[in-house]
Amino acid sequence: MSAAGNGSGSESGSGNGHGARMRLRLRIWRQAGPDEPGAFLDVDAHDIPEDCSFLEMLDIVNERLIDDDIEPVTFAHDCREGICGTCGVMINGRPHGPEKATATCQLHMRKFRDGDEIVIEPFRAASFPVVKDLMVDRRAFDRIIESGGFISAPTGTAPDANEIPVPKDVADFAMDAAACIGCGACVAACPNSAAQLFTAAKLGHLNVLPQGQPERWRRAEAMVETMESFFGSCTNHGECTEACPKEISLDFIAVLNRDYLKAKVKNRRLASQT
Amino acid sequence: MTVAPPEAAERVPPLRRRRRELPWPLNIYQTAVGKKYVMAGTGIGLLAFVIVHMIGNLHLYEGPTQINEYAEALRDLGGHLVPRTLILWVMRIGLLAMFVLHIHSAWSLKEISRRSSPKANWVSGNKRYAGGQDYVAVNFASRTMRWTGPIIGLYVLFHLADLTWGWWLGGDYIRGDVYHNVVESLSSIPVAIIYVVANVALAVHIYHGMWSAFQTLGVNNPRFNHLRRGLATVIAGAILVGNLSFPIMVQAGVVA
Repeated sequence: MSAAGNGSGSESGSGNGHGARMRLRLRIWRQAGPDEPGAFLDVDAHDIPEDCSFLEMLDIVNERLIDDDIEPVTFAHDCREGICGTCGVMINGRPHGPEKATATCQLHMRKFRDGDEIVIEPFRAASFPVVKDLMVDRRAFDRIIESGGFISAPTGTAPDANEIPVPKDVADFAMDAAACIGCGACVAACPNSAAQLFTAAKLGHLNVLPQGQPERWRRAEAMVETMESFFGSCTNHGECTEACPKEISLDFIAVLNRDYLKAKVKNRRLASQT
Repeated sequence: MTVAPPEAAERVPPLRRRRRELPWPLNIYQTAVGKKYVMAGTGIGLLAFVIVHMIGNLHLYEGPTQINEYAEALRDLGGHLVPRTLILWVMRIGLLAMFVLHIHSAWSLKEISRRSSPKANWVSGNKRYAGGQDYVAVNFASRTMRWTGPIIGLYVLFHLADLTWGWWLGGDYIRGDVYHNVVESLSSIPVAIIYVVANVALAVHIYHGMWSAFQTLGVNNPRFNHLRRGLATVIAGAILVGNLSFPIMVQAGVVA
């Protein structure tokens, strides 16, 4: 922070967008529709500014494809600041690419080297059908949220939030889970295509807070069983946590397992046991 | 009454519809997380057996009388209060039940993963990317659980046929003379190799299985989470050393 007084104009090199240019060999998955066969398209991406993000690089590639009368590559994106969870592709065999805790939109081309080959593929799981090219349908996640990822307790307006005492540790734990942006990288990374980390995060952040208690056991049962109808079974590899742009911990999966069994044992219909 | 969702919303239909729910507690086993609980629970039971079996076998180093007395004592568990070999049979049936549940849950969970994963490998159920996948967190043990499992299963059958039923020792198999049978069997190099390979597979299986069981059973606490991996390593290592010592020591002529 001591350098803050120097003014932003004096930052070396990158300030005015004249960073180095790169040449990349891209292998981009192209697929016309969910049931169409797909194949890699080889693209020679030259003159890519190293300061642009991965999605901006794809934008540049698409502009050139349009100039060449080739249909541009379809990919999902929205906020481009790492918080919406819309973007996400497999980059060289890893969801969101090689950088830890970084969504595809926050990945910069300077993390690659000039001349690199980059393989770009959509997230894969049977319940993530490819819509087109790199875009997949993640509505199976919506089904999981619909089944229990909500609370019904009236929580009032913002100032009322302080009326409910929440220990700092618990609030932090819940916030760590709530950081999940629902991008699907966990499912993409998982060899079993399991959605345990996503479901655990969405279930965990409500189940540990007082506001989430009324539906706690119904939520655990409904969300886990909806998840199981779409996705594979967790074998505790830990690939999901490594791929997660928000670094959601495997600990939440243990919480999910614990709450699910408790929910199956409790008889929710008896008010005294909720 | 349920309203049929618009056609577009069903674009991603569930891979599995739930079957009719069985009464509690069988309904727990109908779900994947429930099956994982059963796999973890039976895994812990089988691990306890493996540890006790290994420690008991160390009597081999005390000599023929002691190991044979130990084997006899197993049949006499419960003393004169229960019929002879009753407790042994109860334990055997319990073991068999744990094996069956462990294998059945593993197989059905693998099938769930296989059907959820595009281009999945038939044995491991793992999905495949056209451009390959660059794994970060998986280790050899976690990736080979579905290979080491069947190896251990086949080995258990071999082990029973070898030292419990005495199928191929033939006339050399003396019922009740554990020391003699072990030495007779393990002094053959191919048999010793089978024991070594299988016990390496067993240790690798336990290395991931034990850590995984903590996670599955929800045994997770920041206070001791760092110990879970270490404990799994120590137990797997102890079982590896103990079990490998038998074929190696027989081959080395220490036990003869």
